[in-house]
Amino acid sequence: MRTTITVNGDMRALDLDPRMTLLDMLREHLKLTGAKKGCDHGQCGACTVLVNGVRINSCLSLAVMHDGDEVTSIEGVGTADKLHPVQVAFLNQDAFQCGYCTPGQICSTLGMLRELDAGVPSQETPPGAAPVFSEAEIRERMSGNICRCTAYPQIIEAIKQAREAQSLQGFGA
Amino acid sequence: MRPFTYERATSAAGAAKAAALTRGARFIAGGTNLLDLMKLDIERPTHLIDVSRLPMAAIAATAEGGLSLGAAATNSDVAANAEIRARYPVLSEAIVAGGSPQLRNKATVGGNLLQRTRCAYFYDTSKPCNKRAPGSGCSALEGLNRNAAIFGASPHCIATHPSDMSVALVALGARVELVSPSGDTRTLPVADLHRLPGETPQIETELIPGELITAVVLPPPPAGGQLYRKVRDRASYAGGLASVAVAGGQVALGMVAHKPWRAAAAEAALAAGASPAEAIAKELEGASSLGRNDFKVPLVARLTAAAISEVKGRG
Repeated sequence: MRTTITVNGDMRALDLDPRMTLLDMLREHLKLTGAKKGCDHGQCGACTVLVNGVRINSCLSLAVMHDGDEVTSIEGVGTADKLHPVQVAFLNQDAFQCGYCTPGQICSTLGMLRELDAGVPSQETPPGAAPVFSEAEIRERMSGNICRCTAYPQIIEAIKQAREAQSLQGFGA
Repeated sequence: MRPFTYERATSAAGAAKAAALTRGARFIAGGTNLLDLMKLDIERPTHLIDVSRLPMAAIAATAEGGLSLGAAATNSDVAANAEIRARYPVLSEAIVAGGSPQLRNKATVGGNLLQRTRCAYFYDTSKPCNKRAPGSGCSALEGLNRNAAIFGASPHCIATHPSDMSVALVALGARVELVSPSGDTRTLPVADLHRLPGETPQIETELIPGELITAVVLPPPPAGGQLYRKVRDRASYAGGLASVAVAGGQVALGMVAHKPWRAAAAEAALAAGASPAEAIAKELEGASSLGRNDFKVPLVARLTAAAISEVKGRG
């Protein structure tokens, strides 16, 4: 099925089997192997990408349903020469060991910060109040991303550093 | 995943008509539950009708002073809506108690209502399950049934409905709006949308074949406070063992039955002046358990009494 998707700024016209997930399209068709197939059932978050700026599990979404959408995978976040502030923060804070979950953690962080700024509540948000940036909110909002090396304390520190960088200089993506 | 054909619907009535025309057709919107089950060979649609781009994602005021939620509105959009957070906080609280943010960003109102049970035997295609393979038997009766129903179960199925959102919708007295393959529209209380298992646990709702949920309509909120409480094995991103939604004097329970459970006996007792503990005790007179899920009875008693007391205390 003919499908046109903009991936990391490049418009791609593909002919896809309807069964193909967005994750498989990225990995198998476009050879963008940053997003990982961890569980393939939406439980681990390693496949997290941004679709039109919103984080989703790319393993639980059919590629043909994204005709016309703009997808950002980890390959579209920063460059080798100029890392994104979230990537810098993950490096500085040693926020990974094996690195398998990291592309998903970083894409999830970008989506999460945007949701926080848009006032999307979590179960840590008091009823009626605007959400604030706090450790409790980070933990809850990142609960869809599993790290089996258990780098969670460093991931939280990295997100705090990224937030600081964002407040100082702002960031896109 | 088994092969299927795919079409993008251009109207709700057209989608319903197409669904009735093709045997084995299913609607897909967020896909977070359906695709998971298709990968496991539990759901086997031959044709998918994509309703995610139909213009039914709006959240709008109704003439009656309530709110209409488009069936394709995402769980995140509903939970974050200012009007819902202000007037229907129990709904926002229930939604953010379920799934992960990534899932809530895709999952829709309609799909959340129609999600399937998380019973371990429904997921295990090597085991009998009357819901997945009608007539094969219920493995949960003498198996892993810690999370089984305590209300309305049958010897054919003791599975529970896993939704958080639906529990709040039942407590709020919401209705679903439906369109049938012939183009007829009708509404049903959310409390009457799902069926008890009886002898046909594979038939989970009152929807006729091809019928599509187009919206959920909330009446004006009842007087009094609102609250959602959920108990689970892990503090975040885990299915529930039991939950309760309170909206004024209206009470619904989650993960205790094949459907979101309107606690009508408890509501009647509360209205007659009973204490929260007495009211939920009245409801639990109709409960039964199997051993491994015995704990759910006192859990629901305490959880519900605490939630009702907290809401009353606020008022």
